[in-house]
Amino acid sequence: MNNSLLNSIRFIVFLSLQVLIFNNINLFGYINPYPYILFIILYPVNSNKSVLLLGSFFLGLLLDIFCDSGGVHTTASIVLAFLRPTLFRFSFGISYEYQTVKIADKMSPERITLLLLAIVIHHFILFYLEYFRLGLLFTILSRTIVSALFTFTICILIVYLIKPNKR
Amino acid sequence: MQQIINFIIKNSYRLLFLLLLVLSLSLTIKSHTYHRSEYINSANKITGSVYTQLNYVNEYFSLKEKNKELASENALLKKLLFNKKDTLVTSKTLFRNDLNNFNVVVGKAIKNSFNTRENYITINAGKVLGIKTDMGVINDKGIVGIVEKTSKDFATIQSVLNIKSKINAKIKNSDHFGSLVWDGKNVGFAQLIDVPRLASLRKGDSIVTGGNSDIFPENIPIGKIDKIFIDRKTNYYTINVRLFNDMTALGYVYVIENKKKKQKQELEAITTAPKK
Repeated sequence: MNNSLLNSIRFIVFLSLQVLIFNNINLFGYINPYPYILFIILYPVNSNKSVLLLGSFFLGLLLDIFCDSGGVHTTASIVLAFLRPTLFRFSFGISYEYQTVKIADKMSPERITLLLLAIVIHHFILFYLEYFRLGLLFTILSRTIVSALFTFTICILIVYLIKPNKR
Repeated sequence: MQQIINFIIKNSYRLLFLLLLVLSLSLTIKSHTYHRSEYINSANKITGSVYTQLNYVNEYFSLKEKNKELASENALLKKLLFNKKDTLVTSKTLFRNDLNNFNVVVGKAIKNSFNTRENYITINAGKVLGIKTDMGVINDKGIVGIVEKTSKDFATIQSVLNIKSKINAKIKNSDHFGSLVWDGKNVGFAQLIDVPRLASLRKGDSIVTGGNSDIFPENIPIGKIDKIFIDRKTNYYTINVRLFNDMTALGYVYVIENKKKKQKQELEAITTAPKK
């Protein structure tokens, strides 16, 4: 399938899943997963980076409009999109651009590192901007960790569900 | 000039990132100040219709419960009407024009959040039904919040569970008043601050809205006193209030318009204005 078409579909699917389902989970009263960041992680390595940046900006902005949360999702998403090449280099080594990394292939330690790092960075920025007070660092960190674990579980489930079946 | 253009072309990706970062950070910072952004809220057509559709589905799961609540509220209102002191007052003469200070519009909460420190509710009633910013919102159990932004058919409400919310409230029967705020921790409790030490308090006393508020009518239930602290710095009481309302499950709400609000505010402005 065409790459840009696939990405547009992912954009819409992740946005609607987040708004319709994942924002209403409220596990233990307050924990919600944010698996929409899979849009940023699953974006093809060799495609245009500026498009990803703009895409994650609009994904975050639309989510912020739905959640009445100002600009927290937008900021967290674009920072993650900007840091993505660095994270890839960190987890796959310097030559990541030459191997066609597809996160859906197999859950190797490298891919789990990448996913976890991306989730923790995104969630920390998200919750830090949401609380917006350094005095609450402990609360921010604990919410980051709990939510990150939840998001990680959901992300793995989604990745396995949409895994293409060719060998 | 050539070098500037070269620099921009070379660093276009980074410049784009910085531009978007500044944009999104300014949105974030704006959302934490008192007046929120004009466009980034869920009271618009697209988000409103999505939440309406979602609500159509979710509604069915609590239909029985909501009907029961409605019936019990009707029973309570009937009881008030049957046991009135003045037998000349009937349900028709109750709405005399000179006493008609408040207008009530019904709305339904189609989106409710309670897991952040700044929570907002979206309802499916807007400007068409006469809803404006700074009207009070209640339901049959107690207060819900204050209208923040409105569009044609939708409105967002600053929930009681919002650290920016501040509502005038008093202890029932004693008339000592304070401000109702939320500390951002527990969704079942709000805090009543700045209550003078003279007030006699007991655990279990009811807290209701105060008469100083331009937004809510007096004596709307809020909650019960759960714990009483003394603020060391100011020597005022700080009271933990257990809310009557379950803010995590809202259905129909009532938006209250105070018709005499403008008159009152104008009078107060004239009184406090510096004399020439």
